[in-house]
Amino acid sequence: MIKRLTQSELREMWTGLGMNLELHDQLLESNNRIFKKTHLWQKKRPAAMALFDRALHDSHGQRVAEILDYRNNGGKSVGTFCIYVPDEIALAASVLAIPLCGGSGWSVDYADKMLPRDICPLVRSTFGMALSGTCPYKTLKEHPLGETTCDAKKKTWDLFGIPSMEVPQKKNKEDKVLWISEVKKFTGDMEKISGVKVTADNLRESIKKCNQKRAVLQKISEYRKLRKPPISGLDALLVSQVALNMDIDNFINAGNELIAELATRADKGISAYDKDGVRVLFAGTPSPMGYAKVHWAAETSGLQVVADESCTGIRYYRDQVPEDLDTVDEMVEAIAERYFKIDCPCFSPNTERFDNISNVIEEFHAEAVIHNILQFCHGFNVEAGALDGMLKDNGIPSLKIVCDYSEEDGEQIKVRMEAFREIIESNRNQEAE
Amino acid sequence: MRKGNSTVTCGVDIGARSIEVVLLQNQEILSSLIEDTGTAPSENGETAFRNALEAVNLNPSDVSSIVSTGYGRNYFKPAHRSVSEILCHARGVSAIFPTARTVVDIGGQDSKLIELDENGRPIDFVMNDRCAAGTGKFIEMTGSVLGIPVLEMNDIISPEDGRVDISSMCAVFAESEIVGLLHRGCEVSAILNGIFHAVAKRTVSMAGRTQIVRDIVFTGGVAKIAGVRSAFAKEAGFQVLVPPEPQITGALGAAIIAAERCEPALSINSIGNGGKLD
Ligand code: SF4
Ligand code: SF4
Repeated sequence: MIKRLTQSELREMWTGLGMNLELHDQLLESNNRIFKKTHLWQKKRPAAMALFDRALHDSHGQRVAEILDYRNNGGKSVGTFCIYVPDEIALAASVLAIPLCGGSGWSVDYADKMLPRDICPLVRSTFGMALSGTCPYKTLKEHPLGETTCDAKKKTWDLFGIPSMEVPQKKNKEDKVLWISEVKKFTGDMEKISGVKVTADNLRESIKKCNQKRAVLQKISEYRKLRKPPISGLDALLVSQVALNMDIDNFINAGNELIAELATRADKGISAYDKDGVRVLFAGTPSPMGYAKVHWAAETSGLQVVADESCTGIRYYRDQVPEDLDTVDEMVEAIAERYFKIDCPCFSPNTERFDNISNVIEEFHAEAVIHNILQFCHGFNVEAGALDGMLKDNGIPSLKIVCDYSEEDGEQIKVRMEAFREIIESNRNQEAE
Repeated sequence: MRKGNSTVTCGVDIGARSIEVVLLQNQEILSSLIEDTGTAPSENGETAFRNALEAVNLNPSDVSSIVSTGYGRNYFKPAHRSVSEILCHARGVSAIFPTARTVVDIGGQDSKLIELDENGRPIDFVMNDRCAAGTGKFIEMTGSVLGIPVLEMNDIISPEDGRVDISSMCAVFAESEIVGLLHRGCEVSAILNGIFHAVAKRTVSMAGRTQIVRDIVFTGGVAKIAGVRSAFAKEAGFQVLVPPEPQITGALGAAIIAAERCEPALSINSIGNGGKLD
């Protein structure tokens, strides 16, 4: 543990990292303002959320200091952009994997220097931060690692000379063979970066640790199944967002504290919401740290987001890796299999996602689905058509929101959310008659 | 014309471009007005509300229930309740046209398509994304390249006029496309007709895979432009119904919803069983 840096020490650190302080202040100002608006109106937040609020706040400050300290003591890190990169293996090789997806609308325009305007805001936000000198992680991750998922990302790796793992496009036998070999190659790369050999012992330990982290997230999401959810969708999203950034042990501790509080709240029947609402599943593209617009619009309009199907939700923590394997090879293969289950629309076909969504709707007693698609994400956008068809067949109303990270359309999105709720409620009343 | 002492209710629709107020009593419209939203939506909303009351010699205290709708709905202080414009438009339209199954509303800044069931309840809807394409703004911007204000458009074009297709859905690109057409010597009326068709086409395509079911009712400020009405009928393949005052259906629906709160279910018949068939 390193001591908490003061404001002036933080500024010194940012300067040392070669960042543009003036622009960075603007970014922080924008992030803080948005966070206040999206989260702090809630009156019944669990007290333990303070830990995650702080983690969000620290993501550009204290967390950077921690990583810097780790690096100064010889630690190695790799920057990732997708949940396909296996954390377990990096961790076993003593490499810190830092996910770097940006969720800030502020930085999007700074990507113009290198990237076209009409591509996904997630990619633009991430590289906008790097290009404007406001990403503190830029110099920390001397080993960025992409993956061949969508076109926007693939071509961005090429443009910036970032190496990538090959994620297959299909899920047949031969694709799995390819993926396992990629994960093996990744293992070797991690060992090369850190000089630490991946052994059965350290890999088993890191599998346990990552399972523990996912178990914390699963447990928190379990509480959202209750009729009176003790945690809001906005707060549950925040927890998953910072889970990607926090030190893994700190996250597990904070998560357990939250779980203890949720257990008490659940016993006492304390809901995070003022009144009953319409329970919805949030499906679609990831909502990286800084972005919670659609959750905000939903939850300020009488909808309750009780589950997230996205990569900042169940897709990230649903599957575990077996802990009882003996050899490195067995474990690496088991890890590869675990990641191969991820149901991203980059795969063709992607039928598992449909089954998974049906199950989540049932388990979490969702009445409807909110489909959020980041503008220009073709995979999710086109897949939404088939998904909507399936939902319609099952009598589940769904609302599709295609948007970017900017704030201006927040009110417009709220209109749709309110109308959506009114329609669902009036259907309920009709059925009751 | 203050009638008896039966309850008066009010609907206020505060949109991005205009504010509409409807006062309702005995299932009839007592008074209605349309004003500009300007730069102070909530204040102007209150002024419009007062003006509507003054027109029929009423005081705010005479109004038993007020429902607000539109973008400014949550900032209109006198309202007892706010309801989304989807529900309000649906209610307003089906009060005038009980046979309506699809509402097409094209306003200054957005457009929406609402699907109704046999009882006039909204079952689904689509709204345009944050973009001027297919809205009144598109017509206004492209019209200004031709030097024709929106209010004069009805005078310029007749159904017999020719039409050149405008392929750009983006208002900014369409502007330069139109400049090009003018340079090539195309008729202004034909270009205008093309603009109307572009808007109609965009609106129809918004429905996506959902079928547009009859009767279709066309509302919103843009429904006042005859050329868009006929373009829409052509693109959708159906005739469209237009209320006598297509801009106030949202406020009317809000006033009806306000009335339902204090009275048993209401079926509006005297509000007008008409409008014109285009
Ligand atoms: S949506 Fe697909 S590409 Fe994007 S982070 Fe998730 S798994 Fe990776
Ligand atoms: S949201 Fe879609 S387009 Fe954007 S990075 Fe993820 S998969 Fe690619």
